[in-house]
Amino acid sequence: MAKAGLNRMDMPKQAVSDRIQNFSEVATGYTPADAHTEAARCLQCKKRYCVEGCPVNIDIPEFILALRDGNMPEAARVLKKTNSLPGVCGRVCPQETQCEQACILNKKEAPIAIGRLERFVADWERGHSAEVNLPKSLKPKSGKKAAVVGAGPAGLTAAAELARLGHDVTLFESLHTAGGVLMYGIPEFRLPKDIVQGEIEYVKSLGVTLELNSVAGRLFSLEDLFKQGFQAVFLATGAGLPLFLNVQGENLSGVYSANEFLTRVNLMKAHNFPSSDTPVKKGRKVAVIGGGNVAMDAARCALRLGAEEVSIVYRRSELELPARKEEVDNAREEGIKFHFLTSPVRFLANEQGQVRAMECQKMALGEPDASGRRRPIPVGGSEFEMDIDLAVIALGTRPNPLVMQSAPDLQVNSNGTVLADINGQTSHRAVWAGGDIVTGSDTVISAMGAAKRSAVVIDEYLRSL
Amino acid sequence: MYTIVERQDLLPRVHLLKIQAPKVAAAAAAGQFVILRIDAEGERFPLTIADWDAQAGTVTVIYMEIGASTRKLAKLGEGDAILDFAGPLGKPTEIENFGTVVCVSGGFAMATIAPIARAMKEAGNRVISVVGARSKDLFFWHDRLTKYSDEMIVCTDDGSAGIKGVVTEPLRDLLASSTKVDRVIVIGPSVMMKFCSKTTQPFGVKTIVSLNPIMIDGTGMCGCCRVSLDGQTRFACVDGPEFDGHKVDWDGLLVRQKSYVAEEAVAAERCRCKEEGCGNHG
Ligand SMILES: Cc1cc2nc3c(=O)[nH]c(=O)nc-3n(C[C@H](O)[C@H](O)[C@H](O)COP(=O)(O)OP(=O)(O)OC[C@H]3O[C@@H](n4cnc5c(N)ncnc54)[C@H](O)[C@@H]3O)c2cc1C
Ligand SMILES: Cc1cc2nc3c(=O)[nH]c(=O)nc-3n(C[C@H](O)[C@H](O)[C@H](O)COP(=O)(O)OP(=O)(O)OC[C@H]3O[C@@H](n4cnc5c(N)ncnc54)[C@H](O)[C@@H]3O)c2cc1C
Ligand code: SF4
Ligand code: FES
Repeated sequence: MAKAGLNRMDMPKQAVSDRIQNFSEVATGYTPADAHTEAARCLQCKKRYCVEGCPVNIDIPEFILALRDGNMPEAARVLKKTNSLPGVCGRVCPQETQCEQACILNKKEAPIAIGRLERFVADWERGHSAEVNLPKSLKPKSGKKAAVVGAGPAGLTAAAELARLGHDVTLFESLHTAGGVLMYGIPEFRLPKDIVQGEIEYVKSLGVTLELNSVAGRLFSLEDLFKQGFQAVFLATGAGLPLFLNVQGENLSGVYSANEFLTRVNLMKAHNFPSSDTPVKKGRKVAVIGGGNVAMDAARCALRLGAEEVSIVYRRSELELPARKEEVDNAREEGIKFHFLTSPVRFLANEQGQVRAMECQKMALGEPDASGRRRPIPVGGSEFEMDIDLAVIALGTRPNPLVMQSAPDLQVNSNGTVLADINGQTSHRAVWAGGDIVTGSDTVISAMGAAKRSAVVIDEYLRSL
Repeated sequence: MYTIVERQDLLPRVHLLKIQAPKVAAAAAAGQFVILRIDAEGERFPLTIADWDAQAGTVTVIYMEIGASTRKLAKLGEGDAILDFAGPLGKPTEIENFGTVVCVSGGFAMATIAPIARAMKEAGNRVISVVGARSKDLFFWHDRLTKYSDEMIVCTDDGSAGIKGVVTEPLRDLLASSTKVDRVIVIGPSVMMKFCSKTTQPFGVKTIVSLNPIMIDGTGMCGCCRVSLDGQTRFACVDGPEFDGHKVDWDGLLVRQKSYVAEEAVAAERCRCKEEGCGNHG
């Protein structure tokens, strides 16, 4: 665990009383002075533990050195060499279990705040792309055509890499904007949407053709892509299908999946209703069911929409909470209540069919289950009612089967993920897959890492044709 | 951007738009829909594909002005463009030679059922259309539906054309008659689909309805469109929109459709103020 705050530079944040009233970014970012002080702590180790901890192997000491020396364009070039989305990763990666955990300083004091420095450099770059002058291509044009399906972090990364490797790339996205979970899921106050759009513009600047409103499995099948002349396909449609509890009353009005709630707010800007046309219910007493990052995001959104009381209802104990500690701390600071060892049994309606209460049951922890966490067991006779007028269910997601249904040759695992090897090769000729579609819900950076590995082998394949 | 190449005003608040969307036109099938977003502030809302022309690259939708979004759409005419237009979505209608198929439609759905009647006819079925509307003036595309139908039964609430009454009555008469009906398809307001399903249930004739819950993405991502079928949750945008009407939890659907009445009223009011220039709203 990172010893946060020990001697690393603190991240400036909006005051709690302000931030719960707006959707602006909570962490406001290092000043140049903060960044230099933090960068100067780096030991520039010969054995680069931090790089090993990074799923895309960013040359961490090199970018920190350039930053310390005041050579910002070089710092940006080093980052972009291995990571097309540094502004995103600097904000949402779980550095505490990756590069920062591996940092040598973690043994004695606080590790270098690598994520914050990455963010600082990426934010600087936004206004200075001309100075950075990145090389657009790494290899001569191949004349080969690749299709990438799904424009989340995996698809964007694969498209960027394949374009830089000299291929003609088309990126198909079902929604009206690229970005995937970065646009519709992660809230503005953790990841501003103009940062995401800036990074998408960069991917487009590499020559990638972006086709929006293109739903694979409906508008075209996998085979259609080959008929249209694409020679390789990378599938990156994520794991967007929400899971429900399957309890009584779950389809009442006022019960949302986290995807719906977050999509209304993030993608459709429902917090600006009626200036935006999409509405969202502003609950007074809100229950969010689940304990991951998604639950924290939904709870903090509900609070910002004006709810009086927002509770996280989680069936295990605080120890098992899967969300990042930083997010749990932020949620707590903002006044979100936590009900541990509690599980909903059913939702109850008022006369209009709107949810008015949630019947819950207390749980106790038993033996560890397959995940290694102690299994929650219902406590008999512990039922109680919680008054609510809005519920958000954040129990996780599965891959959306649309594309798979249109490609019978593509082998799928029992949990709905696509079967693929370490480089993303699927059971289908010339089709690779990566990101949440293969792993189930994971992280932005692991999706990007998978895309990069696939891009290398797709490049070899295309050049062998 | 997707350009409107033709607009027809079919009835006072019902319009037809022919939209340039070649890829959607090439992939479309009967029973599918599109989701559109008019402009950057717009909501994503679904409309059934009423017709398509793969050669010309156009998709036809027919819609009724009921709230803010459809009224916004009604302001657009030939040459204007829609920002986003995604489709075809949903599963196509199951088309087979079933024998005799009864196509029941109410209100402006008499247009959206036309491609289904056509496909059923082409598959060799005997097609009987039952069409209902409040009064005679509210019929349109009558000629099309007639063309695809072996028999046409018209009803109006006020008796101004055909049988006086609602569609469930001739539907029940048909099922009770010597005609062997192999399948019934109903498209129209939810309440009408509910009562048609209740009418056919005792006769044990498979009845397909096209549900219209509130949707956002239309790709199975948000779960907003979920409906309960025999106790199982299904997403109308990917598992439907057509389902077995005897299994649908109609009351649950009707409640979910009304989830945003308060917000819709605000949006409609704002829209009216804008149109009439009340000066109080932005
Ligand atoms: C609320 C929330 C918060 C999160 N917070 C974090 C965090 O802080 N840190 C972190 O590392 N990870 C976080 N994650 C997880 C992370 O966002 C995902 O692991 C990551 O986005 C996966 O990337 P992907 O490219 O595989 O899929 P996605 O981001 O899901 O992208 C898939 C894309 O494919 C498109 N698509 C789907 N079906 C089709 C189709 N049929 N045709 C065409 N396109 C299609 C989708 O619209 C989407 O754009 C969070 C997830 C959520 C939901
Ligand atoms: C699969 C499907 C096919 C449809 N086909 C047609 C069609 O061919 N012609 C047509 O006129 N209408 C069709 N509809 C209904 C159409 O989508 C709604 O009339 C429209 O969204 C209303 O928006 P509004 O802002 O004008 O009205 P509002 O005042 O916002 O809504 C009025 C009612 O429309 C429904 N509605 C609102 N928003 C949505 C939404 N985002 N998604 C779905 N329903 C919504 C609700 O039941 C609501 O109570 C279809 C709906 C579905 C689900
Ligand atoms: S391990 Fe830590 S101190 Fe060493 S180079 Fe990496 S970031 Fe710097
Ligand atoms: S509209 Fe989102 S899942 Fe159907």
